[in-house]
Amino acid sequence: MALSLPRLRPGYLFLVVVLAHVILISAQVNVRSGVPVLEAATFGFFSEVQRGASSIVDGVRNLWGGYVALRSVRAENESLRLQLADTEVQLQEERALAQRTRALEQLLSLRESFGFETMAAQIIAAGAAPDFRTVTIDRGKQDGVAADMAVITAGGVVGRVMVPGERASKVQLLVDHNAAAGALIERSRAQGVVVGYAGDLLRMDYVSEVSDVVVGDTVVTAGIDGIYPKGFVIGRVESVEKSGGAYRQILVKPSVDFSSIEDVLVVKTEPPEDPKR
Amino acid sequence: MKALRLGVGIVVALVVQTTLARYLAGGRVVVDFVLVAVMYAALADGPLSGLWAGTVAGLVQDALGSGVIGIGGLSKTIVGFLAGIVGTQFIVAQSPSRFVVFFLGSLLHSILFMGLYVLLGLRTFEWSPSGVLGQALATAVIGTLVFALGEFLPGAIERRRAGRGPRH
Repeated sequence: MALSLPRLRPGYLFLVVVLAHVILISAQVNVRSGVPVLEAATFGFFSEVQRGASSIVDGVRNLWGGYVALRSVRAENESLRLQLADTEVQLQEERALAQRTRALEQLLSLRESFGFETMAAQIIAAGAAPDFRTVTIDRGKQDGVAADMAVITAGGVVGRVMVPGERASKVQLLVDHNAAAGALIERSRAQGVVVGYAGDLLRMDYVSEVSDVVVGDTVVTAGIDGIYPKGFVIGRVESVEKSGGAYRQILVKPSVDFSSIEDVLVVKTEPPEDPKR
Repeated sequence: MKALRLGVGIVVALVVQTTLARYLAGGRVVVDFVLVAVMYAALADGPLSGLWAGTVAGLVQDALGSGVIGIGGLSKTIVGFLAGIVGTQFIVAQSPSRFVVFFLGSLLHSILFMGLYVLLGLRTFEWSPSGVLGQALATAVIGTLVFALGEFLPGAIERRRAGRGPRH
């Protein structure tokens, strides 16, 4: 008995845990439909943590901003040179404010330009894992948010509501590897499916080899997937290649800069009834 | 107490990942702070801590992501357990050796995570060696720094207390 039981325990435990994971993964891969209960519950709890953390971070940032401003005011009294520097800082802040106002104006004009009922929301957190492109917005079921509602900005399509919590929701960005949207080339009306690709690019699949697609064409939503209303801008065709098969290989650059979005609109249209449910 | 410390560490890592990540690298942060927390627990407390930290953190991260629940958990469990074994079998008390463990751990995690998705036919990945190596490098740098900070802070506080000394 060279190996005693306590020495083996971690090894056994490791095998048990790995086995449990494998069973968990298998169960989902076989019967994956809707949102798993564990996912919804975990998100519901953690979105509150994210909300709190976001408030704390904002508070600290504001406090820090106030501290810096206070120091600038003191320095302003000491020398004209620092006064000028402070004015420049203020000018930059005004510029930032104006930029944000413009962005909000764009959202407002977009909101008024189409008939769907929309709701403004703010992004309060990024995804928990770098491999998945999701964000958390500060609107949830209490505000009327439901799963599969489209999320847009003035720039174009952002994604869809994946898990609606009570006071916050998880949004899957269109650039996520698991995201997809029915799309068409605005000029030629060639249809396909846009899916998340490497980096911040999208790939348009199932576009026929004989379709008329050129670099620079605008890609819009086709409105056939039951999530995204028809005609929203997705992006522009960045490259078109012949794959050798029946379809073309098309890469699309999204019209939305996913790294800098702060405010979005949730399109409050009910997704069509799923006959399986 | 150890479990509480682990839990707090994981929550802090998740909060950093989801909240502060927006302000780093233009919002597309390549460091997996949760993996750093798991490997930290493994190297500091052994394979069992690495195992539990990896399981809990990975499952929570999966639940918050958009993928299959369990794939990140399994990847982090394996990495956490192996990092714990490396920590107990080899001397990893110096920053360079810790850097290597964090780097290899991140590489293994990427391979397991992407490999499982590809193996199950759930997702395709554009193979980018620079992306994977870059993430491993960033994770190793952050992990080594966090470890150094974790060792430096208690000592610094102790020294400061001792420096004040009792007043007579």
